[in-house]
Amino acid sequence: MEFCAEPAALEGAKWWLCYLSTPKHQEFYFSFLTVLALIFLVAPITLLLGFGGALARRSSFLPLKWFGQIYTSMVRGVPDIVFFMFVPIAMDQGLEYVRHRILCPEMTGPVYQGNDFVVCTVAKLPLSISPQWVHETYGFFLAVIAFSIVFGAFAANTLDGALNAVPHNQLETGRAYGMTNRQVFRRIQLPQMWGYALPGLSNLWMILVKATPLLFLLSVEDVVYWARELGSSKSSIFDYPHPDWRIWYFAALLVFYLLLTWFSEKAFTRFRNWFSRGQNSHTGQIVLEAG
Amino acid sequence: MKKTILFGAVIAMISATAAFADMQQVRMGTEGAYPPYNFINDNGEIDGFEREVGDRICELAELECTWVKNDWDSIIPNLVSGNYDTIVAGMSITDERDQVIDFSQEYFPPDPSAFVGLKGASDDAINGVVAAQTATIQASYVASSDATVVEFATPDETVAAVRSGEADAVLADAGYLETIVAESNGELIFVGERVAIGGGIGIGVRESDSDLQAKLNAAIDTMKADGTLNALIEKWFEGREGPY
Repeated sequence: MEFCAEPAALEGAKWWLCYLSTPKHQEFYFSFLTVLALIFLVAPITLLLGFGGALARRSSFLPLKWFGQIYTSMVRGVPDIVFFMFVPIAMDQGLEYVRHRILCPEMTGPVYQGNDFVVCTVAKLPLSISPQWVHETYGFFLAVIAFSIVFGAFAANTLDGALNAVPHNQLETGRAYGMTNRQVFRRIQLPQMWGYALPGLSNLWMILVKATPLLFLLSVEDVVYWARELGSSKSSIFDYPHPDWRIWYFAALLVFYLLLTWFSEKAFTRFRNWFSRGQNSHTGQIVLEAG
Repeated sequence: MKKTILFGAVIAMISATAAFADMQQVRMGTEGAYPPYNFINDNGEIDGFEREVGDRICELAELECTWVKNDWDSIIPNLVSGNYDTIVAGMSITDERDQVIDFSQEYFPPDPSAFVGLKGASDDAINGVVAAQTATIQASYVASSDATVVEFATPDETVAAVRSGEADAVLADAGYLETIVAESNGELIFVGERVAIGGGIGIGVRESDSDLQAKLNAAIDTMKADGTLNALIEKWFEGREGPY
């Protein structure tokens, strides 16, 4: 806005308008989208990984079964922070190492030189010449992968439990009607499994929503980073000096997270009602009576 | 189809590298939370003394520089793993750090660290609970003194801890604290004696990057000789005289 050209001369509402629309604040507003994008990207991938993990665990093919069991128990056992530090760095260095070997075959020296991890310039990911947004997007996708792997392991356990919870005699009945194992799984076990899985999955979703500040560990600037940066006291070296306002920025985050929780609750109530239709369960009866 | 796109992207990246090959690409890592050394201004850009010094060095050494923000805690690990090529973040040259990374020559002289407490605090405050930023020379200094150290991730939080009474004093570079004390309307005061810890401030580079180190040193030499470095110190640190 034009009248924002001289911040020192501003007062009252104009000062606030200009202050809250600085490019730095716009980055803060954008970071809300980053967080939303992260959870809405991670959720479906988590579900897929979880489903794959659960099926692997139940597989009769032994190596696959072992893989499923190792994945679910190992990932769930490692502290999140360790995982979020390790996976993106290991993935990044792994990819760079492979590119280094392929793109620079003439360089035969070691990649680890003392403390340094050195690959040739063209093997860098992203390349040093790439604009900053490429670096940030790359970091964001490493974060998506790390989050998905962690939450996928938890989802696998939940889905495995839910598949087990479908009453066994129903599956037997299906087989007695001449259905193949695959048909029993698709027609009876899978549709009923969701009702059992939903409470566990909704827990996972809420934990995912709250875990997004861990993004900053992965150098993705999330809402908490910007709230702290913008709220910290600003001397006259800045255009809009102010004392420590972190409490107000964090209050805004509180509102954001509460709203997110509220919408999630609504959505999950809907899902629950949907999956309970026709079920001989408490919710199923309520849905039935409500017509 | 996807593979073609990916392959095309790789080719484009490689040819882009070739086009820029005459100008070395350098990514400059900084914290962006330590005014006036480095901070994020209201336009969301990295600004401050080190931004200007860094840009001038890049110009002199004919490097193509981009600035990158990284939090202080992981600023050295991310340098050695290659996420950026230099640390320009008010980092004092110490033996401990020198074992992990290398430094250019100093571009800012050794700066005594100062204690700041609340109005009315006595000089004893420096022996009480003292706030310092994690992994700084100040934090290790307090840890080895009689005082109790409380560490914070950002410089601003160390000062906030004094304001809220969580800490009796904060120990930080005098250059950082001077503006804060001057603008606190008497709420904050310097307490105790200043202490000389650490060497001057240099640019951190990977130990395997001696080429870059030499280029940076040459550029800093030029800036010291022609007085531009002194001028920048005087511009960003009020009341200081350029020492070079």
